[in-house]
Amino acid sequence: MEHEKYFIKQISVFSENKPGRLAAIAKAMEDEGVNIFAFSIAEADGFGVVRALVNHPDKAYRKLTALGFVVSFTDVIGVKMRDEPGGLYEVARVLGEANINIEYSYAYSGKEAAVLILRVDNIRSAIEKILAHGGTLMEAAFFR
Amino acid sequence: MFWDSKIETMEREELERLQYRLLKTLVYRLYSFSAFYHRRMEEAGVHPDDVKTLADVVKLPFMFKRDLRDNYPDKLFTATKEELVRYHVSSGTTGKPTVVGYTENDLEEWTVSLARALTSCGLGEKDVIQVSYGYGLFTGGLGLHYGAERIGATVIPTSVGGTERQIELMQDLGATAICCTPSYLLHLGEVAEKMGVSIRKDTKMRVGILGAEPWTAEMRNRIQDWLGIKAYDIYGTSELSGPLFTECTEQNGIHIWGDFALTEVVDPKTGEQVADGEKGELVMTILKKEALPIVRYRIGDITSMTREVCACGRTHPRIMRITGRVDDMLIIRGINVFPSMIEHTLMGIPEVGQHFQIVVDRKHELDTLLVRVELKPEAFSDKITELMKIKEMVGKRLESALTVHADVELAEPGSLPRFEGKAKRVTDRRKM
Repeated sequence: MEHEKYFIKQISVFSENKPGRLAAIAKAMEDEGVNIFAFSIAEADGFGVVRALVNHPDKAYRKLTALGFVVSFTDVIGVKMRDEPGGLYEVARVLGEANINIEYSYAYSGKEAAVLILRVDNIRSAIEKILAHGGTLMEAAFFR
Repeated sequence: MFWDSKIETMEREELERLQYRLLKTLVYRLYSFSAFYHRRMEEAGVHPDDVKTLADVVKLPFMFKRDLRDNYPDKLFTATKEELVRYHVSSGTTGKPTVVGYTENDLEEWTVSLARALTSCGLGEKDVIQVSYGYGLFTGGLGLHYGAERIGATVIPTSVGGTERQIELMQDLGATAICCTPSYLLHLGEVAEKMGVSIRKDTKMRVGILGAEPWTAEMRNRIQDWLGIKAYDIYGTSELSGPLFTECTEQNGIHIWGDFALTEVVDPKTGEQVADGEKGELVMTILKKEALPIVRYRIGDITSMTREVCACGRTHPRIMRITGRVDDMLIIRGINVFPSMIEHTLMGIPEVGQHFQIVVDRKHELDTLLVRVELKPEAFSDKITELMKIKEMVGKRLESALTVHADVELAEPGSLPRFEGKAKRVTDRRKM
């Protein structure tokens, strides 16, 4: 099975929790003409991790690194949900029953569907389970 | 390699006899010609005749930094305007600046001391030495400049700043040694990497003469491993003339030329000498200084000394790496904390960088210690829990080393201030 086509390359950026850091990241994206599809901030005590799905992850990586940011890539998956009550439950149940842990997730509700972005501890197994239950996964190609 | 093997390897007893003669001469001269020192000796009830052995140095009164400040700019000088040939002025990081005057002989002694020291670091006439200490009122630049010229090396007088140009010149002129602060060398290494230059591979650099700020053995290891050079500790303060003494290639303590200086280590509270090997405050008497006499001067640096003969064959006493300053010491919730202890701890943690900042504050009548460290890019994890683990681990390591709780903040790499001169890493916001 071609799991890789569902591996979406997310960029993660380490940021101190202080005014202007998000603006600096967003400005860098604008300067490079990089479009942001989905985006989340995880915050801890004094620092945070900005995670984003963008159309040109390599370009974003180069620009942010040049600005001195610490950036890494993480493979995530995007699951299309029914944009109605119970949509999230379906996805979460399938993974829970297969004993796959969700490390973090965020969602966006776009033109074509509501998409749940997931970072899981076993990405291949998660892809198989979701597809086996008739779920739809976003292909990485969509985000380019 | 020796600059003056006869003196440098002199038997200890002979060296001590020489020191006694020089001390006796110094004390008589000052009693006769220094109003300040004459008064000090009278107050202490001591006469030059009371100095009958080298050990009698303890009868003499101490000099403190405040004596130099109170007598600003030149009231302590024992040389005439005609005899003076130069002034240097200290940076004043701990208060009002102090002025040091030099006679021709003072400059000569200073230069010879450094010629011996640089030779002991394996440097000689084939070397190209980049002097990246500040030239001017600060003693570092000019001191090493003349020391390096004396041994016949070729000097590149770059002074501080203009880091990219320094790296270009280092490559183009084939510099083999650099004299600067350890924090500036780290900065220079980082800038070089950004320029695509590896100090290790793309330059002839083999020796660093590093000092003018406290640093640790871990920092030395990091510099040596990263830049592929041998890093030697240099010691001196402007009051003593400037940078004067270094380690030798054994890297096991700084040789203090006994014919220049009489070294003591005392308990900072009682002023009594501590045993060799025990830590205390460094006290120095510069035996042949003419313009600004320095007798039992309480420098404020914490170290220990040894009189054992070094493996290199030099017999002069050595002091160990400076581990802090009496007046740098922070008292946090009643516990003595030296910034060097924090540095020492951080150097042992690969997840964080070598730069740090300390913020001391008082909240609800309780002292707080915050240590800001830079996360190393290699240690970055997309998972918050992993980052929290690093933060907690750093906090625990600091707490066990300092025996006081430290809050930790993870900062972005490159975000903490870099220092081209003396590092200012401590902010104390407590209002006493």
